[in-house]
Amino acid sequence: MTGSIEVVYRGIFQKHLGQRITRGIVLAARQEGKVGISFGRYGDSPERNGIPAKSFAVVADSEEELQAHLARYEPTDNDVTVAVDDTLCKGVESWAWYGLQPINKLTRDGGTVLVTSMQSPEALLRDCHRKGAAWNLAIVKGLASFSGLWVYKDDHTDVRVLGAIARLAPKVVGLQAVKAAIRAEWGDESKVASAQLGHDRVESRPVGPDDGNAERPYEFKLLKWQEMREGLVIPGIPVRQEVEGWDGGYRPGRNPTFKKFSTRTMRPVVDFETCTKCTVCWLQCPDSCFDVTPTGHYDANMEACCGCGVCEAVCPVTNCITMVNEQAFADNGSQFEAHQKDPAKYKAWLLEKIQDKATTHRSHGFRYRGQYEDELADSGVEETAKSGD
Amino acid sequence: MSVVTLEAPAKEKELLISGCAAIAQALRLASIDVVTAYPIRPYDTVMQAVAKLIANGELDAEYIVASSEHDQFEIVKHASAVGARTFCGSSGVGWMYAMEALAVTPALRLPLLALVGNRALDDPGAFGCEHNDALAVRDLGWMLTWVDTAQEALDTALICYRVAEDPRIFLPCAIGADGAFLTHSEALVKVPSQEQVDRFLPKYDRGDKQLHPDNPITVAPQANEDWVMEIRKQNDEAMRRAHDVIQEAYRDYHRIFGRRGENPFVETYMTEDADIILFGQGTLSLPVKVGVRKLREQGHKVGFVRLKWLRPFPTLEVQEALAGAKAVGVIDRDYSFGAPNHGAVLYTELRSALFDLAQRPAVVSFICGLGGREVTLDSVTEMSEVLLKVARTGRVDQPNYWIGVRG
Repeated sequence: MTGSIEVVYRGIFQKHLGQRITRGIVLAARQEGKVGISFGRYGDSPERNGIPAKSFAVVADSEEELQAHLARYEPTDNDVTVAVDDTLCKGVESWAWYGLQPINKLTRDGGTVLVTSMQSPEALLRDCHRKGAAWNLAIVKGLASFSGLWVYKDDHTDVRVLGAIARLAPKVVGLQAVKAAIRAEWGDESKVASAQLGHDRVESRPVGPDDGNAERPYEFKLLKWQEMREGLVIPGIPVRQEVEGWDGGYRPGRNPTFKKFSTRTMRPVVDFETCTKCTVCWLQCPDSCFDVTPTGHYDANMEACCGCGVCEAVCPVTNCITMVNEQAFADNGSQFEAHQKDPAKYKAWLLEKIQDKATTHRSHGFRYRGQYEDELADSGVEETAKSGD
Repeated sequence: MSVVTLEAPAKEKELLISGCAAIAQALRLASIDVVTAYPIRPYDTVMQAVAKLIANGELDAEYIVASSEHDQFEIVKHASAVGARTFCGSSGVGWMYAMEALAVTPALRLPLLALVGNRALDDPGAFGCEHNDALAVRDLGWMLTWVDTAQEALDTALICYRVAEDPRIFLPCAIGADGAFLTHSEALVKVPSQEQVDRFLPKYDRGDKQLHPDNPITVAPQANEDWVMEIRKQNDEAMRRAHDVIQEAYRDYHRIFGRRGENPFVETYMTEDADIILFGQGTLSLPVKVGVRKLREQGHKVGFVRLKWLRPFPTLEVQEALAGAKAVGVIDRDYSFGAPNHGAVLYTELRSALFDLAQRPAVVSFICGLGGREVTLDSVTEMSEVLLKVARTGRVDQPNYWIGVRG
C-alpha cells in the first residue's frame, strides 16, 4: 500500500517545521522497511512570509508502488492533511495555486485534517470548507509554532504531530517506527516522549459531507491557449475603481486573480473614531490594501490585506490600529461599513477584539522579547518535555 | 470598348553595393524607427551603412550604440514592444552573447528583424563564415532565412518585415548572410522605389499588444506550469501560420516589384530529371550551381536545391523537390558534433523531413566550407562523385564526409 501526508504551513515562518514533519514520516516508514519521498511543493518557492506553503511525504511498500507518486507536484489523496497554523483552515492560496484551496481539498475521502490549535473543533469547522464527503477533524493542542527558515524553535511540535499521525494513520506509519526514527535522527529521548504524548492526546471527530463553511471558495478558471492573449500580454489593472454603495472614495487597483489574503494570520482592527486621517497606514501598506473611504478614512480591505502589521507599527495613535489573530474573525467584511452602520455597535465589537488576550497575541513580529514564552505559559498547553530538561 | 491601363513600372535604380549595404537600403525603404549597433565583423558593415544613411538625411531613425550585443537586442526588444519598427544584428559569438535576449523575444511576439552576418564561433578567433551562430536560435521561435545574393538580401529584408509584423505571426526573424562572400562583396542590386515599398509593406501596428499609457497591459509576467505549455502552443501556432503568410508576402512582392515568381522556400536548380541532388543554404549555392552545370556537360543528371527558409521548415516543398532523386547530399556549413551519423544540422533536419516519404532518396552528409573555407568546384565534383556512386549502388557505405579538410 501507499500512503501520503500533506503538511500545510506558513511560508518562511514554518518552513523547517513542515520539512521536519514530512522527513520524519519517510524516516519512520523506513524503520518499517518501506520506501518514501519527502518534498516541498515546487511552485511555493520562493516562499514569502506567511504565504501558505506545503510539504509532502509519500511512503510505499515498494519502489514500484512509489513510482506512481513520483514526478508529481502534489499528491491529491492524502491520508492526513496537517495544518500547523489553525488560520490555514480558512483556505490556502499560494504561488502554486489559483483561487482559494480549501484546507481539506487534497485530503482523501475519509481522511483526516490534523490541526495544531487551541480552538475547539466547532470553531475550526466554521472556517474549514464543506468537502462533500466524510472526513475527520483532529486537533493537537498547541499554538502555531515558529519553526522557520531563520530560527528553529524546537518546541516539539514536529514530533507531537508525528506521534498524532501514527495514531490517525497507523497504516502509513506506526508509533514504534516514529519513535525509532526520532531516536535515529535526533537522539533525543525527550522528543520521543513528546511523540508519545502527541499520539496519546490527539483528539479526532468525524465530519459529515455537508458540515463546515458553506462559502464557495474563490475560484479561477485556467484559460485555453486560444483564449489567452498572445505575446504574454495580460490586461493592466486600473489604478482605482469605484466602490459599490459608497458615495465617493475609491479602491486602489488590485490583482483580481491573486488576492493573497490567505497569507494573513492577523488583521488590523481600526478605530475610526480616534483615527486622525494622517494617511501613514495607507501610504506604508506594502499591498495597497487600504480603501479610501468617502469620509477620508482608510479601510483595510480584507480581500487584499496580508496581515503584515506595518500599519499598526506606523500608526501614531495609540490603539487606533490593533493587529488581532485571524481566528477571531468569520468573514472579510468591511470594518468601515460596519462602523457607518452602527458606530456604537462597532465600538463594542472593536473593544472586544482588541482586548481579548487570546486573540491579540502576535502570530509573527513579537512586541517584546519573550512574548512567545509568555503566551505559551498562558495558553494552558500542558508543558511537554523539553530538550535539555 | 474599355481601355485596360497597365500600371507603369515604378522607378527602380541600380546600385553597386554590398549585401550589408543592400540590407541598409531595405531599412531605409522600410523607414525603420530604431536601430541598435555594436561592432562585430562581418555584420558591422550594415551598421556603418545605416549610420551613413542617417548622416546623409536619407533615413530618420534612432541610432543607438549599445554597450554589448545583449543590450542591442534588449533595446530593440523594448522599442518593438512600444510599436517601433526595429533593426539589429550581430555575428558569431556576438550573437551568442545576446542569447538571453534572443531567447525571450519569440514568446513576447516581438517582430524584430535581425541580420546575422554568419561567422565562425570562437575559438579559434576567426572571421570566416559558418552557420552555427544563427542556428543557435533554430528551436526558439525565431524565423530563419538564408540569402545568397545582395539582391535577395534586400528583397528578403522587406519580405521579413511584412511577415514578422503580420498580426497572425508577430515573431522575430533573422536573416543569415554569409560573412565575406555576401556581407562584404559589392554586387549590382536593383533598389525599388519608395512607392513600391509603401504598397507592399504596411505600417507596423501592434494593436492591443502595444505598450502604451492608453493601453494598460503587463507584458511577460511570471507563470508556472499552469501556463507555459499554452504559451508555447501559441508560439507553435504562429510558426505554423508563418508558412502561408510567407507565401502571400512573396506573391505580393513578385507582383509589386516585378520579380520572377520563384518558390519562396526552396530554389530548385536543374532538379527536374536529376538522379542526384545537392542540398544546402547560403552563398555556397553559387559554386555548386557552376559545378552542377559542368557535371551536366559530362552527362550526369545532377541538380541542386537551395533551402531559403529553415524556420518554418518547408517540409512539403522540400519533399517535393527531392522525392524524385536517388541520392541527396546535404552540404552543411555548420557542425553538430556527435549528431546522428556525425552529420550536422541541415543533414539531420532534412533526413527527418524525408522520413515520411514512401520512397526516400538516400541521404549523405557533407561538411564543407567551415570557418569560411571556399566551397570549390573540386569540392562539388567530389561530393557529386560520392552521390553518383550511392545512386548507382543504392547503398550508403559512408554516411558522412568532410570535404576540403586537409588530412
